[in-house]
Amino acid sequence: MLVAENISKKFSGVTALDNVCMELHAGKVNAIIGENGAGKSTLMKILSGVYTEYEGQIIYNGDTVRFKNTKDAQAKGIAIIHQELNLVPHLSITENIFLGSELITPFGFLDKKQMREQTQALLDRLKLNVDPDAQIANLKVGQQQVVEIAKALLHSAGVIIMDEPTSAIGDKEVKVLFDIINGLKAEGKVIVYISHKLDELFAIADRYIVLRDGKFIESGEMEDINHDKLIQKMVGREIVINSKNKLSEKAEVLLSIDHLSLHKDKDKALLKDISFTLHKGEVLGIFGLMGAGRTELLETIFGLHSKQSASSIMVNNKECHFSSPADAIRQGIALVPEDRKKDGLVLGLDVKQNICITTLGQMQNMGVLDNGKETSLAQKYIDRLRIKASSSKQLAKNLSGGNQQKIVLAKWLATNPCVLMLDEPTRGIDIHAKTEIYKLIAQLASEGMGIIVVSSEMPEILAVADRILVMCEGSITAKLNIDEATEDKILLEAIPKNN
Amino acid sequence: MDAAINTQNYRQYLARFQSLIALFVLCVLISFLSDKFLTVTNAWNVMRQISVNICISVGMTLVVLTAGIDLSVGSILALCGAITAGLLRNGIELQSSNLYIGFTVLGACVAGIIVGSALGWFNGWAITKFKVPPFVATLAMLTIARGLTMLWTKGFPITGLDHKFAFLGTGWFLGVPLPVWISGIVVISAIIITNKTRLGRYIYAIGGNENAARLSGININYIKIAVYTIAGALAAVGGLIITSRLDAAQPNAGTGYELDSIAAVVIGGTSLSGGRGSILGTVLGAVIIGVLNNGLVLLNVSPFWQQVVKGLVILAAVIIDKANSKNE
Repeated sequence: MLVAENISKKFSGVTALDNVCMELHAGKVNAIIGENGAGKSTLMKILSGVYTEYEGQIIYNGDTVRFKNTKDAQAKGIAIIHQELNLVPHLSITENIFLGSELITPFGFLDKKQMREQTQALLDRLKLNVDPDAQIANLKVGQQQVVEIAKALLHSAGVIIMDEPTSAIGDKEVKVLFDIINGLKAEGKVIVYISHKLDELFAIADRYIVLRDGKFIESGEMEDINHDKLIQKMVGREIVINSKNKLSEKAEVLLSIDHLSLHKDKDKALLKDISFTLHKGEVLGIFGLMGAGRTELLETIFGLHSKQSASSIMVNNKECHFSSPADAIRQGIALVPEDRKKDGLVLGLDVKQNICITTLGQMQNMGVLDNGKETSLAQKYIDRLRIKASSSKQLAKNLSGGNQQKIVLAKWLATNPCVLMLDEPTRGIDIHAKTEIYKLIAQLASEGMGIIVVSSEMPEILAVADRILVMCEGSITAKLNIDEATEDKILLEAIPKNN
Repeated sequence: MDAAINTQNYRQYLARFQSLIALFVLCVLISFLSDKFLTVTNAWNVMRQISVNICISVGMTLVVLTAGIDLSVGSILALCGAITAGLLRNGIELQSSNLYIGFTVLGACVAGIIVGSALGWFNGWAITKFKVPPFVATLAMLTIARGLTMLWTKGFPITGLDHKFAFLGTGWFLGVPLPVWISGIVVISAIIITNKTRLGRYIYAIGGNENAARLSGININYIKIAVYTIAGALAAVGGLIITSRLDAAQPNAGTGYELDSIAAVVIGGTSLSGGRGSILGTVLGAVIIGVLNNGLVLLNVSPFWQQVVKGLVILAAVIIDKANSKNE
């Protein structure tokens, strides 16, 4: 049995886990349930030795343990199978399973024969009928997952944590996986299972543990609870709704998307037949769980995937085709990306240079950049958005998350967009900056801008949006007006259903 | 808060000037050891010697700022020098249509620079269109351009050039050697481009964060192609200077020059991962290498030792630079 006692964890001041206590039972499938940001991943990363700084303690089979790193956790019998598989594609199954713990002959060479035999035995036990010498890259995703499980078994793991193990595999493979899990259960192992797919949990899990906002909420036997009650436990918080201006129904349409689809390759569609409109002065919220295709939708509208996508986009009643972000910007579309450090800012440039980067064409005089124009544009937005920087020449990397986000907003407001798309606009920033950004969104909308806010935080969507689109697995599953939207309704539509 | 920013600025200033300080120390040291070092003749000599490396290194800096690399500059230099020399001496003869085109000095030089630009453009095209890593694309061009040079020259030096052409590499203008004028103009133009133009800002943005640059509506491919084209053109300019100075186009000219220019860029504090660095830094880097070479020659140090010393200086420069960026 694995017990977590009073686990707390903070990331630069933001509480991710708050005094979590829970018991994970041996010979059972323990499901960890919660919304995005509830703290599931953080908790699992602590249990598996990824995060070593935390308060509280972990007790495994009666002993208090504190892992120095993942290898230490592995050696003590706790294995985690991440959502993104951690296999080396161009090595064989055997080489992957023994990676980092290779068997060596007395002469110091790799003991390939022994490793191959042990791999074969593991694969037999898991009923995976492939050659141990096969390359990982040639296996199906489901098979790769089984290899990960085999890797965990090699270290005779007593605890196996699976993070969204079915997110990338088909129904048939899910069945195989469940058979394996049931087998492991019978061997008395602690199985920890994380998934958004509630139907799946009812099929495989024995116990549930609900986390919400970093806190432990409840645990119990799966058979004592039903679908709706579980959702209530996950959501169960007070809803704060801003008072909004009721939108006049006849406001002109700024953006209209018709039959938009995006394909990763021939078979796999990331977005399916998406249609919606955005009106002048409207804030449209888009909610979806991880992998619903929210970010991809915004990127496709912005012209980033023009080769794999099909759609009809109308901006101001004009048919448009965007083959690059530059095209989209020209038509007055702006995208504030999800990850400001990766996609939003050039951290090594200063505040002024970052703000002016979208409008440099207007900042030059006879081909030479006009420092005065740049500085005054930057200063305008530093004042308007209350960006806290020592000067417009401070490097972007030396600012706080909230101020960095404001710079990204500033560089897009500088283009005078008619449609502003915000992807997770308040991720990882403090409450104060959050409220400021909400106010700004409301103000911009009242000035007539059309705004799309994508968020995985339900309170945020409910606070800012006039209308809500719910996405699930690449499709829009619901369009709700704010007065009819409740957390339960939204979540119900956002959770994938197995047919 | 203010005090913290001040010390930070102070540190950054110190970091900016440390290569200048290193150069100063180097000069003082050598002038104590050799009385020939601090003479006007020797100063011009050093500057003339480094002018070719400066031209190439300026182009290399632009490429490296976009997080790329250009290994083909040495070969492009040789090819462009050879083409200019060949056109000057033989012109173009088309026997089939009984046509002969002769070239003036200016015409031949322009032709050389056009070829250099075209090969640079080709580098950029391969890198952006087919996503070939810059290292590989320009490594291929290193071999291709060297092969073309051998084909054009048939493996022999092209000599006996128009004496007017020699002015480019050996002439003086207003008391300053012409190659120094040329490299000076190149440096000043590049400083203006990097600091004062949209192209320059985009170069830094792409090197600093290509994703963010693309999402800001910058045409990444266009900028990258421009940068490699400029690097090719500047390699050609270097080729003209060398060919003119030697009064001959050597088929194996410029071998290893790409490494010298990368060294100058690195010593000058430009980050090989892009987005950070300056033209002035590169010039200092080139001057440090030039002074070091010159000093070691004056001190009769074996050329083999010179290579060892140069290597150690590169290593030291990068280590110091790393320590500085950690402080930031």
